[in-house]
This record gives sequence, structure tokens and C-alpha cells, in this order.
Amino acid sequence: MPHEPPAVDDVLATVTARFGQLETSVFRGQTSLVVPAAQSFELLEHLKEQGFDLLVDVSCVDYLEYRGAKQRYGLVYLLTSTTTNQRLTVRVFVDDPVSAEEKWPTVRSVVPLWRAADWLEREVWDLFGISFAGHPDLRRLVMPEEFTAHPLRKDYPLQGRGERHNFPVITRDHS
Amino acid sequence: MALNMPGRQTVPGKIELPENVVVSRLDELANWCRKNSLWPMPFATACCGIELMATGAAKHDLARFGAEVFRFSPRQCDLMIVAGRVVMKMLPVLQRIWQQMHEPKWCISMGACASTGGVFDTYAVVQGIDRFIPVDMYVPGCPPRPEQLIQAIIDLQDKIQHEGTITGREFDTSQRQLRKRALVEADQLLVLDAARNPVAQRELSAAAHRT
Repeated sequence: MPHEPPAVDDVLATVTARFGQLETSVFRGQTSLVVPAAQSFELLEHLKEQGFDLLVDVSCVDYLEYRGAKQRYGLVYLLTSTTTNQRLTVRVFVDDPVSAEEKWPTVRSVVPLWRAADWLEREVWDLFGISFAGHPDLRRLVMPEEFTAHPLRKDYPLQGRGERHNFPVITRDHS
Repeated sequence: MALNMPGRQTVPGKIELPENVVVSRLDELANWCRKNSLWPMPFATACCGIELMATGAAKHDLARFGAEVFRFSPRQCDLMIVAGRVVMKMLPVLQRIWQQMHEPKWCISMGACASTGGVFDTYAVVQGIDRFIPVDMYVPGCPPRPEQLIQAIIDLQDKIQHEGTITGREFDTSQRQLRKRALVEADQLLVLDAARNPVAQRELSAAAHRT
């Protein structure tokens, strides 16, 4: 494999020393790491201290009715070190809240660690409805402001719920 | 009388005109000017925009039809060509640009996406711009070839010539709309063909049966 990134065993050893044994997997030389949502900020902070200075992407997958899935949403943090060229994927799984007070699944924001997370987390909030606690400006990013749903959730109908019919209709009479 | 040319017989009660004078209605003249100097507003959002550029470029040369002056300010345009899909977030922009254009103005919905939403039958895409702004011509195709867009402009010119008035009464009712020239010509071809072609004859009688 010519373009395989450097191994991350040294980083994983420090993670294990601090957070205990976490679930890891390797696919084509790229390591991913699953962390409980309660610990996600501490782990990402630790990884930043270990040299992962670039947050490439924050994304999400909705595993609704997915075979073998235990929790519904799987957040994806893609990290890169610009000095060692190491790459690491961090997965954080969350569920819809069971209590009535909380409306959204919530994860701590990583904007204090990487400013790049600002728009990335806004996009995840917009399309999946996952709230990021501590985000400075959690508004919608791609959908119109007045939109109410989170359309990349699997239970959202493909053709929408009639959101596109709210606009005024201009006819020849008043144009 | 100056209009009386030497050598021509005058009929009592009839106005004589010199040879190089044409009588017409002011409406006809205004429409003739309008239809031959359409200034398109290119609202190109997708691959149809590439075909729109090709239509304006040297090979297909929209200047032959007087519509080559693409302007990027709606205040200088009278023909909006919506080329490509319009997402719902873009629709307020589209409507605003349409409202900024001066009357008289026309709109061509170019391609499957602008006309119907095309393959993008999703929450994010407008399923046909005619739901939200008036449209005069629809061009099918994904994307349509420049010839198709040129045909739409020719048809639109027919529409402007025959239906346009200075007061804009042509927009009162759809009954005033004429049949597209291409369809009329196709019917005439079919009639011509039917004289010697039995297949075309059958098609023609079947068409007559349907109507």
C-alpha cells in the first residue's frame, strides 16, 4: 500500500494509559477509535495534545434500523497530524434522548480545540439534529433558516414534508 | 397632393402611398422590435448553463436571432433563461431577480430540472419553477442541445409577435396563445408526406381520430 499513513501505535498507547482499553479497528491501514460520548471531549483534547493539530472533518451517520447497530447516531471525527502525517478516526455514538426535557442528542463541542469544527458542527446540527454543547453559534449551515427538520435523518421522507411550498407564487398579475 | 405620383392612377376615396412605405399597427412594430432584440438574463445553475453558453458561442451563434446580448443585471434584460435546477434556498433569489426585470419580460425554463425538478425529486429542490414564477417556454432535455434552446427562442419570438401588445393584454388569458410553429410545421410535413407514404397516412388518420 503506497499511501498508507504512518502507524498510530504510540498514540494509542497513551490513550489506553489514560482512558483504559477502547474499541479500535483498522481498515486499510487507517485506525479508528470508538469512545463513549461522556469522554469524547477529553479524548479529543488528549489527541490534540498528542499532535493531531488538524481536524479534517466532523460528520455523522444515522444507523436507524441498521443491522447490528446498538446506538442510532455515529459521529465521525477525522484527525490528522501535520507534523507526523498520522491519521486517526474517532467515532462517538449517541442516541436520541429518553427524557422529555432534552430534545436533541447532545455532544460536547470541540470548537475550543479546533476552530475548524465551527462550521462542521453546524452542518451536523443542521442535517442530523445533534446538538453540540458549548458551540459558540449553533445555527443552521446549509438549509434555510426557517427550515424546521433535520433532513439527513433516515426517518425524514426523501421528498420532504412540504417545506418547499411555503414560498410566494409570482404570477403575471403581480410581477 | 404630394402622395400622387406621376403616372399612377388615383382612385377617389383611397389613400395613395409611395412605394417604400409600409402600413402597420404600432403593436406590430413594437413586437417586431422586441422579438428581435431579446436580451437574456442567464440564470444558469447547472449543466444546462454550459449548453446555454454553447448557444451563445460562435458555432450556434445566438446573435443570428438577436438574442446574444447576455446581461448580468436583471434591469437590462427582458428574457430570463433558467438553466438548471433551482434549490429551495435559491428560489427567493430567482423570484427577486424576476421582479427586478422590467416589463415586458419573458421566461424560458430550460431543461428537465428547471421545468419539473428532473431527477432531483428531493426536499431541497424546487419541482418546476413554474410553481413560483410565470414561464413562457419549456425546453425538454437533460441538458437540451443548443438547437432546442434556439427553437424555444424562435417559438418565443412567434409568441411575442402574435400575442404581444403594448398594453400587455396578451397575458390576460391563455386562450390567446398560439400553437408552436414547430408543431404546426410538423403537421404540415405529415400532410405532405401522407400523399405518398402509407405509414404517415395511417398516423394522420389516427391523429384525426383522436381529436
